[in-house]
Amino acid sequence: MADDLQHDILIVGGGGAGLRAVIAAAEAHPDLDIAMVSKVYPMRSHTVSAEGGAAAVIKDNDSIEEHIHDTISGADWLADQDAVELFVNEAPREMIQLEHWGCPWSREEDGSVAVRPFGGMRIRRTWYAADKTGFHMLHALFQTSLKHTAVKRYDEWFATRLLVEDGRCQGVIAIEMRTGEVHAIRARSVIMCTGGGGRVFPFTTNAAIKTGDGMAMAYRAGVALKDMEFVQYHPTGLPGTGILITEAARGEGGILVNTEGRRYLEDYNLGEPVPIDDPRHPQLRTMELGPRDKLSQAFMKEQDAGRVFSGEYGTYTHLDVRHLGEQLIMERIPFVRELAKNYAGIDPVHEPIPVRPVVHYMMGGIHTNTDGETSLPGLFAAGECACVSINGANRLGSNSLTELLVFGKRAGLSAAEFAREHPDLDTDGLEAQRADEEASIAARFRTPRDGGERLATIRRELNATMEEGAGVYREESGIRATTEKVGELKERFENVGIDDHSKSFNTELTTAIELGFLLDVGEAVAHSALERTESRGSHQRTDYPDRDDDQFLKHSLAFRTDGAPRIEYADVTITNWPPAERTYGN
Amino acid sequence: MTTETMTVTLEVFRYHPDTDSEPSYQSYEVPYREEWVVLDALNWLKDEVDGTLSYRWSCRMGVCGSCGMMVNGYPRLTCNAFLREFMPGPIRVEPLRGFPVERDMVTVLDDFMEKLTDVKPYIIREEEQSLDDGEYLQSPSQLADFKQFSMCINCTLCYAACPVYEHEDEFLGPAVLALAQRYNLDSRDQGNEQRQQLIWADEGIWDCTFVGECSAVCPKDVDPAAAIQQAKVEATNNFFISLLPFTPPGMGR
Repeated sequence: MADDLQHDILIVGGGGAGLRAVIAAAEAHPDLDIAMVSKVYPMRSHTVSAEGGAAAVIKDNDSIEEHIHDTISGADWLADQDAVELFVNEAPREMIQLEHWGCPWSREEDGSVAVRPFGGMRIRRTWYAADKTGFHMLHALFQTSLKHTAVKRYDEWFATRLLVEDGRCQGVIAIEMRTGEVHAIRARSVIMCTGGGGRVFPFTTNAAIKTGDGMAMAYRAGVALKDMEFVQYHPTGLPGTGILITEAARGEGGILVNTEGRRYLEDYNLGEPVPIDDPRHPQLRTMELGPRDKLSQAFMKEQDAGRVFSGEYGTYTHLDVRHLGEQLIMERIPFVRELAKNYAGIDPVHEPIPVRPVVHYMMGGIHTNTDGETSLPGLFAAGECACVSINGANRLGSNSLTELLVFGKRAGLSAAEFAREHPDLDTDGLEAQRADEEASIAARFRTPRDGGERLATIRRELNATMEEGAGVYREESGIRATTEKVGELKERFENVGIDDHSKSFNTELTTAIELGFLLDVGEAVAHSALERTESRGSHQRTDYPDRDDDQFLKHSLAFRTDGAPRIEYADVTITNWPPAERTYGN
Repeated sequence: MTTETMTVTLEVFRYHPDTDSEPSYQSYEVPYREEWVVLDALNWLKDEVDGTLSYRWSCRMGVCGSCGMMVNGYPRLTCNAFLREFMPGPIRVEPLRGFPVERDMVTVLDDFMEKLTDVKPYIIREEEQSLDDGEYLQSPSQLADFKQFSMCINCTLCYAACPVYEHEDEFLGPAVLALAQRYNLDSRDQGNEQRQQLIWADEGIWDCTFVGECSAVCPKDVDPAAAIQQAKVEATNNFFISLLPFTPPGMGR
């Protein structure tokens, strides 16, 4: 529909990063016209599912230096150290700001915010709101954003592509779900805050909406996707559903045991176990509080050795929190209990929780700098869809929620500056693009066609090949097969058929477009993984088991082409922390 | 029959605004699996049988609040309503009651979103403390004063259960009143008076007969009925205080 939707700044995605960007821009530039487009109502965004907490230095026993070192070593030295320094320095202020905005943080007796231990962190620095931290942060941000009544929200509008004219991003094309109309929303600057694409894998903690939309849209517009081979498996998801059991369960003292009743992590270079009744348990940066990549890898080794349980929904080990007692469980991790009861049919107060590694987070994403700028003028990105990178080859638990705040705000401010400096928009050119997109959607999805494959068939095959070739452990022939399979699926996707050719709230149409996004994300992940012939963090190659700093202390950059993506490399910024061996354990 | 071959009938509400003058019900046979929730069955249908079936869902772990529907006449999150609860079926799936229907199980949320915004659900203060001075101190017991009301996931199940909302358009409704109370009770907030204007003027709170259905259906134990009750008591107290020639100690702020 040709109409006149135009704003100074358009934020795509209503999760933590997007909302923080909105508030930052609205506070600093009340005269600017700000809009947000989101395919779901903002409070449905996947930030809502984060459980354990958000890291920031606040207590006297902690230091900026320690948080920086934990993050960089956790990242297996692939993080940009200038970005990490900035992130860690700005984190406490951002977290205090969110406290002032009403986030119900758990508290110490003296009224100060409480912090808990988290994996890979040498000091307790994870702020938490019981074990619904993401939920509370998202609702606090969304509700705070409602103060800014001038902000225009396009709730349940589904962005399909970036509008690029004269080498500049000038808005997005979006489908208004209620009517099915295809609109151009023009903007002087655009911020992608669309989250990750965990749904490219079959077994994931990620919500249905996590389909890599923003990553794919930027990739299609010529922007590089950085470090896409780095996919985080969270060590503790429920078998079958993949529902997340937070790392906080281990932060509070939960232990992982195999079929022999052994705390098997002690066999994987993660330190010595301290007995659960010893006041020194749990020990920081040790055993169950090691980093996620190493814990997930340890599970796979245990599986190879036949020391895991086998159930209807695959293998698992036990996460045991019984020794914490009902009172502490209800105070600190009540959601864990609720989830385990509902979805695993066990009460963690009385029984161990079955858990296995599950795809959780993408370290990679749209290549940005610390101001959220991309290589495409006018396009900014923040949150999981972006890659600054502070997460490198393995993100530490509780850094991502804080990242949403720090880089959401920075992107909001820099996008505002850009909008001021670039007032001109090519209205006619953008309308032509919109008409083109409308025609293409109509031809592909609103016209019945015979013999097309079902979306679910292609999605399942994509999921299966990603797990097969690009799972926790990878090697050349498997990854190569995955790259080929994804190529084949992209071709087959062109002939997919859908049942629903109507306009109003057509979720089959949006699911089809999402599948197209997932195929692009899968392609970038697989090809980036194939080219990186080393093992680092979450990217483990059985055929190249060692880290290779000479060749690969570099970010990968995947550029879309008509065939396989072109992979380039960019240097990692090293400031004060020269690459060293990652060590964990007491 | 083994569970492998068992099926269950889903009677699904269908309505398409472009083509239907009124809603109808469509029956589908769905495989029965012990661990499946109603949402799994709907997703199976959409994937394998009928892509036109429309509904919202996302997190499938009971926290995003998207997938509320009427299941056999009762408001439920379908990601947490197991098929096994309703065997041998049939299972009737409908949009949440009390809302206009956009399509199939997709309800129109405009009214809810507007009311949520109207109640000023954010910290209001005369002056914000400088970030340099750190966090506001809030004791665990001060947190406990409002924590329960902060657990609302905006799933709108309580609206579907509410006998007042169905007939009284102006009623702010259980979740929104609980949210207002959440901020009013927060030790960091000073916005009580601003919110009171709206809440006390709300015809609906006086019509609320404290049936408590909203609290009964809440999947997060928020207890909005208690929030409404508190609001009534405050409004009543304020009315009587306003008749006094002086402000009693400890009253007013």
